[in-house]
Amino acid sequence: MVRISGAVLIALLAAGPAGAEVVAPQQVIFDDGAVPSSLTGVPGNAEVGRTIAVDRKLGNCLACHENTDLAAEPFHGEVAPPLDGVADRWSEAELRGILINSKMMFEGTIMPAFYRDTGYSRILPDFEGMTILDAQQVEDVLAYLLTLTE
Amino acid sequence: MKIRTITTALAAAVLASVAPADEDADLVVEGETLITRAPAPAHVENLTEVLSGWLFRSDETQALQTDDFDNPGMIFVDQALDTWDEVDGAAGKACASCHEDPSSLAGVRTTMPKVNEDGELWAMEDYVNDCRTTRMEAEPWKWESQDMLNMTALVSLQSRGMPMNVAIDGPAQSYWEQGKEMYYTRYGQLDMACANCHEDNYGNMIRADHLSQGQINGFPVYRLKWAGLGSIHRRFKGCMENIRAEPFKRGSDEFTALELYLASRGEGLSVEGPSVRN
Ligand code: HEC
Repeated sequence: MVRISGAVLIALLAAGPAGAEVVAPQQVIFDDGAVPSSLTGVPGNAEVGRTIAVDRKLGNCLACHENTDLAAEPFHGEVAPPLDGVADRWSEAELRGILINSKMMFEGTIMPAFYRDTGYSRILPDFEGMTILDAQQVEDVLAYLLTLTE
Repeated sequence: MKIRTITTALAAAVLASVAPADEDADLVVEGETLITRAPAPAHVENLTEVLSGWLFRSDETQALQTDDFDNPGMIFVDQALDTWDEVDGAAGKACASCHEDPSSLAGVRTTMPKVNEDGELWAMEDYVNDCRTTRMEAEPWKWESQDMLNMTALVSLQSRGMPMNVAIDGPAQSYWEQGKEMYYTRYGQLDMACANCHEDNYGNMIRADHLSQGQINGFPVYRLKWAGLGSIHRRFKGCMENIRAEPFKRGSDEFTALELYLASRGEGLSVEGPSVRN
């Protein structure tokens, strides 16, 4: 029994500093499309975020966005504005909001909501109740976006 | 003929300003020019022009469709020609017993899907199976079976070059409305509607894919990725899975309604089946 609680404790610690709670998707509070506070309290890792942005099963941002910083990756989409210089155009809070649910910022956008777990129609059972990215992955991609200045 | 030439020239001029060169190509199959660009019909609200998916493919893929010896879909048409004459079922009949030559079905593909005598919307596959079960007293073919794909390819070929022209009024109207609503409904975890890619973004690259208008005048299609023929409903299923949505079943009322709506969005484009895509 003691061992098990130990393991749980470690898991909790790994998820964030003691006391910091992960904000659940349905608890996110938007302010004009922006989300000022961190989802996890743990600063994002820009290097990890860069990988997530490329990964076709995770961010797959290149599906729609061009991004000069990722020029080494093949096939950049043309559906959306290039990500070059986004950190000059948007604040951290705005970028977090765009990642969590861009529909709060851009009405009717094609861009998926990366941290929303309800309100989908005919979602495949494998993805039921799940978000595309988890809370820390959102913070990691955010940290990466903040490096994109011109 | 003159009017069409002018429209095509205008269309080409418009395209040239936004798109790479191969979108200007003309599809000439065995000496016949197919209509790959047409003015959008009035019931398609957000397009001015309708464009065959052929225009969006690479030079190499485009070329495969211009010669029936190169078109890998034609092997299956030959197979269907054999089946056409084969007696099957308790009634002792073949397709040929009633329809004689396949060319008697010229024009059929342009009107599919179509409401039947009982007021139900049927796709070509449903009509084929109705012949098999009712008149031949044979087993129905599965939607995506090789026999069914071959036969729909053969029947489509009889209409090659003829413009798509489905009925969307009268008894078809409620099906058409249903299909239209689906076209604009967001599905799946990626929360995307057909229109997000195929109406708002055709001509753009989405990662490695060149988005087309999602026209269905080329079906059944020989898809290089599938290394075989596939049905319209198989393509719908693939798109839905890509956006992490639970697809409707092939042959379902939903997919048939969507098929009708899409067919109507391609009004004026030549039947190309079996076409070649990547
Ligand atoms: C399916 C297409 C698609 C995908 C995938 C996508 N986006 Fe977007 N994104 C858009 C579109 C389109 C816009 C422009 C807003 C609008 O009008 O819809 C946009 C806007 C943005 C903006 C604001 C850009 C600006 O300069 O105004 C940011 C930042 C952004 N996206 C980041 C991302 C990141 C990071 C990812 C991956 C985690 C991503 N997007 C994935 C389509 C996409």
